[in-house]
Amino acid sequence: MKVTSMQDAIRRHVKDGDTIAIEGFTAFICFSAAHEIIRQQRRDLTLCRMTPDLIYDQMVAAGCARKLVFSYLGNPGVGPLHCIRRAVEKGVPNYLELEEYSHFGTVCRYMAGASRLPFFPIRSYIGDDLPGKNPRIRFIEDPYGGGRVAVVPPLNPDLTIIHAQRADEAGNTQAWGLLGIQKEAALAAGRVIVVVEEIVAEAVIRSDPNRTILPSMMVDAVVHEPFGAHPSYVQGYYDRDNQFYLEWDRLSRDEAATRKWLDEWVHGVRDRKEYLSKMVEKEVDFHRRLSPGEALAHPVNYGKYA
Amino acid sequence: MADYTPSEFMITMSARALAGERIVFVGVGLPNIACNLARATVSPNLELVYESGVFGSRPERLPLSIGDPTLISGATLVCPQSDLFMNYLQAGRIEVAFLGAAQIDRFGNLNSTVIGDYDRPKVRLPGSGGACEIAIHSRKIFIIMRLKKRAFVEKLDFLTTPGHLQGDRKARVEMGIPGAGPQLVVTDMATFGFDPVTSEMTLETLCPGVSVADVQAGVSWQLKVSPQVRTAEPPTPEELRLIREELDPEGIQSQ
Repeated sequence: MKVTSMQDAIRRHVKDGDTIAIEGFTAFICFSAAHEIIRQQRRDLTLCRMTPDLIYDQMVAAGCARKLVFSYLGNPGVGPLHCIRRAVEKGVPNYLELEEYSHFGTVCRYMAGASRLPFFPIRSYIGDDLPGKNPRIRFIEDPYGGGRVAVVPPLNPDLTIIHAQRADEAGNTQAWGLLGIQKEAALAAGRVIVVVEEIVAEAVIRSDPNRTILPSMMVDAVVHEPFGAHPSYVQGYYDRDNQFYLEWDRLSRDEAATRKWLDEWVHGVRDRKEYLSKMVEKEVDFHRRLSPGEALAHPVNYGKYA
Repeated sequence: MADYTPSEFMITMSARALAGERIVFVGVGLPNIACNLARATVSPNLELVYESGVFGSRPERLPLSIGDPTLISGATLVCPQSDLFMNYLQAGRIEVAFLGAAQIDRFGNLNSTVIGDYDRPKVRLPGSGGACEIAIHSRKIFIIMRLKKRAFVEKLDFLTTPGHLQGDRKARVEMGIPGAGPQLVVTDMATFGFDPVTSEMTLETLCPGVSVADVQAGVSWQLKVSPQVRTAEPPTPEELRLIREELDPEGIQSQ
């Protein structure tokens, strides 16, 4: 049985010292998994993501991370990630080792990881100072005479966690919207947790197989966690809580305020359900504010070839 | 007093520069408004491509980030980022891209990584994101930055994103950079081009009411001024109406 609770999935699949990727570009960022990792006090993690976003800002502030592997350290459209900056600039709560790439470099690392290639060639990093600071970005001669080309090593996390709209109980996972690099990050990993808004019947998956991003065989655990990606968003289910992203920019500037927030909204609740009740308590309009309304796709005919 | 804001000047100058362009890589903030203004004015067929993997967006509200869900509903294509970076960007299919940074030098090289030393930074900035490869592969780069001395520097603290490197265009091509690099810098006080021979940033147009000396005061090096330097046409009432009533009615980015 793959369907399990978030507590159980994290207890079983996240160990101190693991390298983990919780992917999702702006969308599908599984904050509920991060919060459970914080609650279970995992330590010395190497956290990988193209955009560490608020999710890793919170995990770093909570002291879960030893190292960050990334390509864009910002609160998108808002400003810096204050907790990560405090860790990097002042060692609060601990110094953080950084391994830095560009977005395309991280994409290629996941692709090499997913396909078990020894490295991936990429036309980037030319004239750039980053290869001088990250010795894992190297240049090789094209064996076919095309000159010098940059290469990056595979990224194979111990565990990848992705969020999606729906899966069946076996773990066949369907998503639509920004697909980012979630599929490759999952295929590159040793273990995969999928967190979904809905568990659906196998027949629903089979009615639209082109929408499946991961087959059951790749998935170790399925967690049903509605609103698990808040304050990020899930296309068609809820909007990005931009207000929260702006609020985090303000409160996370202060270390004590950040700790207070974590105490209240992460340690102070048992699970995502309690977190959501608390959100509604704070703002009656929470669900209505983030409801995206409806824009249905036109149905397609796969045909019946009996 | 001008009846438009510095941001509105930057948006308008950027939008006008998109006349005749077809495929633009959009950044969030001012470039997003500029691209949508261009679509409503000088470049109605402009295709907006976002780093998040979205083509042909028709955003119905101002997106806070390049991954905003409003970019997706009604778009013509949403693809994984492996596709976006490999098969569209690296394959040379993007004509113009907008970039910004914390520091720029006279050759249009950009720093968005650190202020101070990389290993012991005074300020840790976001890093490249996609900027490095966007600058290498887009056919042209337009840069949007506010003019100030600590941003327009003699020497970058870190080179995140290659511009014209040391100014030798041939060397840039030989190093394997296919794009033509920075063509335009839009600021709140002036716009700059790059000299076709030396690749040095050159003052080309002034915001109405701004003098060459005002611009020099915001640049750390001895500024090169085009002999044809002129004052820009201010934003028209129609451009301002589009920005204020349709593209950014709450004035989040443009006020």
